[in-house]
Amino acid sequence: MRISRKVSAILLVALALIFSSCGKSSGVKEIVVGVAGAHSGDLASYGLPTVNAVKLVAEEINAAGGIDGKQIRLVIEDDQCKPEVATNTATKLVGDKVVAVIGHICSGATKAALGIYNDSEIICISPSATNPPLTQSGDYPNFFRTIAPDDAQAKLDVDFATDKLSLKKIAVIHDKGDYGKGFAEFAKSFIEAGGKAEVVLFEGITPGAVDYNAIINKIQASGAEGIIYGGYHPEASKIVTQMKKKGMNLPFISDDGVKDDTFIKVAGEFAEGVYASGPIDTTSSPIAQKAIKAHQDKFGTEHGAFYINAYAAALALFNAIDKADSTEPAAIAAALRSEKVDTTLGTIGFDERGDAIGIGFSIYQVKDGKYVEVK
Amino acid sequence: MNEKKLNSFFIKRFGPTWGFVLSECTKSILTALWFMLFTLPLVVVKVNTINRTITWRWNYVVFLGIATFILSFMWRYFIRKRDARAGSERRQINLALFHDPKYMYPSMGIIFVIFAVFPFVGSLYQVTVLSTALIYVMLGVGLNVVVGLGGMLNLGYVAFYAVGAYTYALLNVNFGLGFWISLPIAALISTLFGLILSLPVLRLRGDYLAIVTLAFGEITRLVLENFGVLTQGPSGIRSIARPGFLGMHLKLQQASIYMYLIILGMTVLTLFIVYRLENSRIGRAWQALREDEIASKAMGINISMTKLTSFALGATWAGFAGVLFAAKTTFINPASFTLWESIVILCFVVLGGMGSILGVTVAALILTVLPESLRAFSELRMLVYGVVLVLMMIFRPGGIVDMKKKHYNFNNNVQTKEA
Amino acid sequence: MTPELHLRYIGGIMQLDLFIGLLLGGLAKGSIYALIALGYTMVYGIVQLINFAHGEIYMIGAFTALIVSTVISYTMPGTNMYVNLLLSLLAAIAVASAFAYTMEKIAYKPLRNAARLSVLISAIGVSIFLQNLVLVLQTPDFLPYPALLPEIKALEPFRNVISSSQFIIILTTVVVMVLLTILIKFTRIGKAMRATSQDKTMAQLIGINVNRIISITFLIGAATASLGGVMISANTGQMNYYIGFLAGIKAFVAAVLGGIGSIPGAVLGSLVLGLTESFGSGYISSDYEDAFAFIFLIIILIFKPEGILGKSENQKV
Repeated sequence: MRISRKVSAILLVALALIFSSCGKSSGVKEIVVGVAGAHSGDLASYGLPTVNAVKLVAEEINAAGGIDGKQIRLVIEDDQCKPEVATNTATKLVGDKVVAVIGHICSGATKAALGIYNDSEIICISPSATNPPLTQSGDYPNFFRTIAPDDAQAKLDVDFATDKLSLKKIAVIHDKGDYGKGFAEFAKSFIEAGGKAEVVLFEGITPGAVDYNAIINKIQASGAEGIIYGGYHPEASKIVTQMKKKGMNLPFISDDGVKDDTFIKVAGEFAEGVYASGPIDTTSSPIAQKAIKAHQDKFGTEHGAFYINAYAAALALFNAIDKADSTEPAAIAAALRSEKVDTTLGTIGFDERGDAIGIGFSIYQVKDGKYVEVK
Repeated sequence: MNEKKLNSFFIKRFGPTWGFVLSECTKSILTALWFMLFTLPLVVVKVNTINRTITWRWNYVVFLGIATFILSFMWRYFIRKRDARAGSERRQINLALFHDPKYMYPSMGIIFVIFAVFPFVGSLYQVTVLSTALIYVMLGVGLNVVVGLGGMLNLGYVAFYAVGAYTYALLNVNFGLGFWISLPIAALISTLFGLILSLPVLRLRGDYLAIVTLAFGEITRLVLENFGVLTQGPSGIRSIARPGFLGMHLKLQQASIYMYLIILGMTVLTLFIVYRLENSRIGRAWQALREDEIASKAMGINISMTKLTSFALGATWAGFAGVLFAAKTTFINPASFTLWESIVILCFVVLGGMGSILGVTVAALILTVLPESLRAFSELRMLVYGVVLVLMMIFRPGGIVDMKKKHYNFNNNVQTKEA
Repeated sequence: MTPELHLRYIGGIMQLDLFIGLLLGGLAKGSIYALIALGYTMVYGIVQLINFAHGEIYMIGAFTALIVSTVISYTMPGTNMYVNLLLSLLAAIAVASAFAYTMEKIAYKPLRNAARLSVLISAIGVSIFLQNLVLVLQTPDFLPYPALLPEIKALEPFRNVISSSQFIIILTTVVVMVLLTILIKFTRIGKAMRATSQDKTMAQLIGINVNRIISITFLIGAATASLGGVMISANTGQMNYYIGFLAGIKAFVAAVLGGIGSIPGAVLGSLVLGLTESFGSGYISSDYEDAFAFIFLIIILIFKPEGILGKSENQKV
């Protein structure tokens, strides 16, 4: 009776483990694809649209008979954009015998997961992980993405700031996160290399802090003519709000983490005039129109962040599996690199390193409550 | 509202049984009404100022009312029971049989074999989860040395964990040092860190100690985040090598199993060493320190040395755990070493029963594995976690294995130790 | 003026602006911490508990005000701005206090005689529960917050060193401090609170309803914290379910810095903390903003282990 307490604790653990492995069905006539990203937590709004996109593409293909007669089955896993959770998620997906993964969403989580996928050589195609070393370091031969890397984004923003806006003194701020700081560091190096402007301030802010009065005062005192910010929309909207309230009307240029309609809705009137770089607007193309409409019909809401990219990634992946006539990673990778496919982002292909050919970034500005592309 | 007055009001009018029933019902109804009232805004009105919508959910209030009504009966019942047995000796797990060598070694052996064989039977995912759980066991046991045995509240334990992980990562990525060489080096550096950190806290006690350790933990994380030149900042360090097996490169499945076995071995080693320490001179000194600092000083125990060793040794296990963590996930960044982690590990120690190695182990295992298996209910699982913590503390404050009373009973020839 | 002098003059003005801006901003931030820290310190003084869930009370206050204000402005647009503010504030204080009261009755009262660490863990459990309760019932999104605080015309020209919201925050905290001091020093309840914090048993023996006093303490703490929550969210323009955690930790550090258990200590500690963070970020580096606060704390505690205004605890054998 007494010892059984410890034994029952062990049994409980064992039972929990057994339960967690329940539900694994193996289908021979299926193509299992994983969808991983932040589906809960504060970055869920970046990850959920990808799930919707892949679901819609898979449904359409399955309705038309699947790929080579095999139906697509999706395994959707949440990684909360946390690297340590991402490794667990990746392991789970590998255990579920997926042939490819569409995801992850955040660069940090993707890096962690790739450590797992690399060994099994599973294809990983991300609609949003923009960290340059993911493709440029060469460490991840099975990684692809349907979004341009951060350095391209930073270069665009810097050129815009120095050339179009003729800013001579720029304050570069970031949120101390992997994505934001990375972007900011690229921006800083491009500004310094370009020689047309000076970085008067390079600092990080703490996300979730009570207020940002100190940094805003510092920006003002530094004599900066404009601000380049690397990070996500919650902090950006706080900074912009406090700046405008103070009467500082400096140009504020940011990255695709801020090019989100949520930013405009949260910052309200203070968002007016803010610049952000984002994927080139291809929503007028027929494929993109169809994708947007499909989302509206099925889910009743507007598509969200990275939806178009994820739709393109799904189309590219399934097309590659189809053309390769195989689910072997090497074959899929080869097909991705050699085939061009029509997607919501235009006709794209992938280069040796995994970057998508045929897509890029563009600058947008908030005008009358909407992001408008700046030509 | 005075309970007793309410009771007597009803009992006077309706007699003992009916009076009691009515009084209970009234209490529950009032409680339910109260809950319905004050949570009204949060429960009923769902505001979304982004989309500018308001959703009204009046049916939630009804469910809440009914649930609260039922739960409040149960609550009062259990509280009454708990208070009733407060006077009498607490139910304790009689580990007498367990400590008897005749039963102890075989049962430990069986459990060890189950764990050792598991990776070859279970799926890759389960192995990974269990590896993580074992690392947390190691962390819990390490913190147990500081908090459970030493009685010093350390809210910044994760700093030592981070130091261990980053030491291995940096040694590996910058100098190519392997796992086995880095392991003792990282542990040593962690221990030194623990020593250095404990120097300022020697004079502090109680909550001040807690806050300073919290501060140290956060400072460590901030340095890791911002001192990018050394630590690569928030991008973290990637492509950390896994331990090699006779120089061979292993595929994921086998590497994970190998990693699991290494972790298992280290955990068992930790458990063994801490168990021996517990009953050694140092261990006794720690426990005396926990019970009454002044009395132990009066007995001639060098308080400063005792505190230092407690902190330093606690840091050693965290250092080991950090190396294992870095090797297992091959990618570390400062976001894994937040204040929240320290709090979670502290929960293991307190829930498991302060000072009890067995309790901490069980608590760490359950609390790590359970959230993973409840992945399906992701939103509710944190709610459950919070509720479990509160309930455990109210109804079983000593933890899973209550170490409150340790006394010796002499029964004829058999000397049993009831813990 | 020559161009160089002109620039230096402007530079001088800007540096002065910077200093004043940081000073006032630091005071405002410190005031918010103070409103939260008061709750921590009062509860600690009475029941020796670090109420980890206090940060969530702050968040719940802010959220309730958001809900009420939104309902008013959507369903009855055209309501006077001050009426809106008043009603939202009252609702926030009421709901937050109710949560604190209930929390005390359920999770802390049964543990009055338990070990300190047990209550702490229970508090952590409550904190997790409340955070996720709001998350589940509402949303994880960052929600825009209505500008509830009025703009003061007279402060317009000083816009670049202080905003109306910051001014209101500092003013409110001063008023709260004064009211609280009057309460503690000059009223019967205040006397009862002081007595209970000195010696619970004796207080009971002389006829003080200790349970009631404890509840009142929680209520007051919740009221000030929720007030702070509403004001800071209105100032920042957005809030989300997680704001309680970081603010709570900082306020707790502030309370300990000033000497936990001491009300003037909590306010002093908070202001010091706010100013340290503000000047540290402004003059050194914003990267290490949190670190300044913690390093300052450690230094103070090394030299004065009970905090700035803390009472030196003599250990009796």
